[in-house]
Amino acid sequence: MSHEGEAVVGLHHQFDTTLQQKEAASFGMWLFLVTEALFFGGLFCAYTIYRWSYPESFTAASRTLNIQLGTFNTAVLIGSSLTMALAVRAAQLGKNKLCALLLALTILLGAVFLGVKAKEYADKFEHHHVPGPTFHFEGEGASHAQMYFCLYFAMTGLHAFHMIIGAGLLTFVIVQALRNKYSPSNYNFVEGVGLYWHFVDLVWIFLFPLLYLIGRHH
Amino acid sequence: MKPETTIAGQPASAVAGPPLPVGYARRNYINAKYGAKSWLLTLDHKRIAILYLLSVTFFFALGGLMAVLIRLELATPEGDLFQPDVYNRLFTMHGVMMVFFFLIPAIPGVLGNFLIPIMIGARDLAFPRLNLASWYIYNVGAVMAFWAMLHGGVDTGWTFYTPLSSIYSNTYVVVTAVGIFINGFSSILTGINFIVTIHKMRAPGMTWFRLPLFVWAHYATSLIMVLGTPVIAITVLLVGAERLLHIGIFDPRLGGDPVLFQHLFWFYSHPAVYIMILPAMGVISELVAAFARKPIFGYAFVAFSSVAIAVLGFLVWGHHMFVAGQSIYSGVVFSVLSMLVAVPSAIKVFNWTATLYKGSVSWDTPMLYALGFIGLFTIGGLTGVMLATLGIDAHVHDTYFIIAHFHYIMVGGAIMGYLGGMHYWWPKITGRLYPAFWSKLSALTVFIGFNVTFFPQFLLGYMGMPRRYHSYPPEFQVLNVMSSAGATILAFGYLLPLLYFVWSMRWGPRASANPWGAAGLEWQTTSPPPTDNFHARPVVTTPPYDYPEPAPSEEEVPVVA
Repeated sequence: MSHEGEAVVGLHHQFDTTLQQKEAASFGMWLFLVTEALFFGGLFCAYTIYRWSYPESFTAASRTLNIQLGTFNTAVLIGSSLTMALAVRAAQLGKNKLCALLLALTILLGAVFLGVKAKEYADKFEHHHVPGPTFHFEGEGASHAQMYFCLYFAMTGLHAFHMIIGAGLLTFVIVQALRNKYSPSNYNFVEGVGLYWHFVDLVWIFLFPLLYLIGRHH
Repeated sequence: MKPETTIAGQPASAVAGPPLPVGYARRNYINAKYGAKSWLLTLDHKRIAILYLLSVTFFFALGGLMAVLIRLELATPEGDLFQPDVYNRLFTMHGVMMVFFFLIPAIPGVLGNFLIPIMIGARDLAFPRLNLASWYIYNVGAVMAFWAMLHGGVDTGWTFYTPLSSIYSNTYVVVTAVGIFINGFSSILTGINFIVTIHKMRAPGMTWFRLPLFVWAHYATSLIMVLGTPVIAITVLLVGAERLLHIGIFDPRLGGDPVLFQHLFWFYSHPAVYIMILPAMGVISELVAAFARKPIFGYAFVAFSSVAIAVLGFLVWGHHMFVAGQSIYSGVVFSVLSMLVAVPSAIKVFNWTATLYKGSVSWDTPMLYALGFIGLFTIGGLTGVMLATLGIDAHVHDTYFIIAHFHYIMVGGAIMGYLGGMHYWWPKITGRLYPAFWSKLSALTVFIGFNVTFFPQFLLGYMGMPRRYHSYPPEFQVLNVMSSAGATILAFGYLLPLLYFVWSMRWGPRASANPWGAAGLEWQTTSPPPTDNFHARPVVTTPPYDYPEPAPSEEEVPVVA
């Protein structure tokens, strides 16, 4: 088989061809994203059940969120997905400098998102909307508003944690790109990180309507 | 590395000394490199399998020690050996160690890791570094749980039911939960690695329906690992968040539902039972074919029954909550779905039995374990159907009937399969043979000890002895003493293999490439295999279990009138 003859650059010993290696890497990444979907799935399940049980509290509590900031953040994240996709393309073409630049932009947009999120969290602390002994919520729907904020912090917190991991991965890819690591035959890793980043964005695309929008106009 | 081989895959260089068996390789993956670093940083799936073997054996011994203490306490009706809260910690740590750190990783981590690449004709798993990472992650999780144990343990039961685990327990719930959370990633990464490997790394000619049933079983297992484990991960994370951060998703004081925890927990933990039993079923399929010298009866049915068990396994979790306030309607639905699992399970049992029919059956040690498995699994499975019935479950819920049932599946099934597999592939893994007499004695001892331990528990449970108590009414003593005595026999049966396996590594006779005369790619390479598994890339041209048609013997030929 092919591994006996010339050694192909970047081909690991267990694979016969770079195509096999690329397919395995990308398949593995998709499978990992399936596990991530189920990981968040537990929270979405809890959200569905409690929203169904306490619709008034959830509506009332969701009105306290700042819809402008949420919309702004959604736009920022979609923008970061664009720069991420362009970075993967740049890596595929072997344009390592461009790739690094686009990835830096992606991190920057991610940082803006996290900054805005931190501002929103700070508001919750100020208004005593953080679950725990100091929690305080007045008006109609107060009975189970705390459950809404439990889910709000669990879901957005887990999402933000995933973004921080993503930023770490992107930093690693930038270093590799600056070392001219990527080429048309070797960009699997950038693509894998890209898939991850898009997935994390996609989670937000579900979180935004569930937490900010549904039932708001009632 | 250039392997020293001839066309037949035998060592070419004649080494002074007694002649070696055909296909024994002096140079192999074990002595390819030396030193602790070459093992701790290895990317070779076979060496990682050995690392798993060491870890799971340690945690099995630890879990076993807890079991010994539990049985000691239960030898008398009074709670005289331990305080109740110590007893709570004992059975909790027994469950945690055995389930999460032995049963789930044992067969996939050791035998699956070693055999899947060889069985499909690959040089390694698709992601060797991920494979090594899985082992380290497993150990980090296991050591955390072990640390918690040393500092006093957990008293919630291995099921961590809220609100006991989230609000009331004053033990090391968070550390143990985080250990299980971390360990989950090991399982997930192993599952991803197996699925990608089976899809993408098969040798030329190794079609899906030429895969050994061991590989099919691990494919189904990996599906559960990938789809189920993330759910338990988020669930224990939420319990931790409830204890530390007031994120009270399951807290009734905030309107949370503790039963939601049970739903999420069992959504993984019931399929996890199939993570434990499916690989063992894969082992049994290999053993039955090899020691009956026949192709497995109904190959495709056995293969798809593994997948069917994996899929159905995700639809039955509610049968753990028949008496937890679940609506009668969902109780009925879960009851019927649970009974459906009996169908693919029975397909396997019947097809193994049919394979034996008119086979030339030999009674080597692995076969003894396999036959033990079939008997014990059948009892465990049938009592499972009883428990899926709402009326019976309401009667025996949380009694020793349940304990006996799942030990018949997990110990009588999974551990018998694991030990049978270890005995079958030990000559391939180490290149050494173990003593036949002692190993047959161990199979017999385990079988007898197991039944003496756990059959009385069916009776105890049916008479109403509840689980998780350290004392009981005196009329239950006879059966409990029987159970404790059986546990002693069982412990002896488990110690035996440990002794002669270790003995064989130094003093056992060397094994040939194929000591059982079995079919399958793993028997075509040398014992032990070289680092790259094969001396030349195999090309598969035959169906699985390609045993020659048995020659009809004189007296068995039917007389045609």
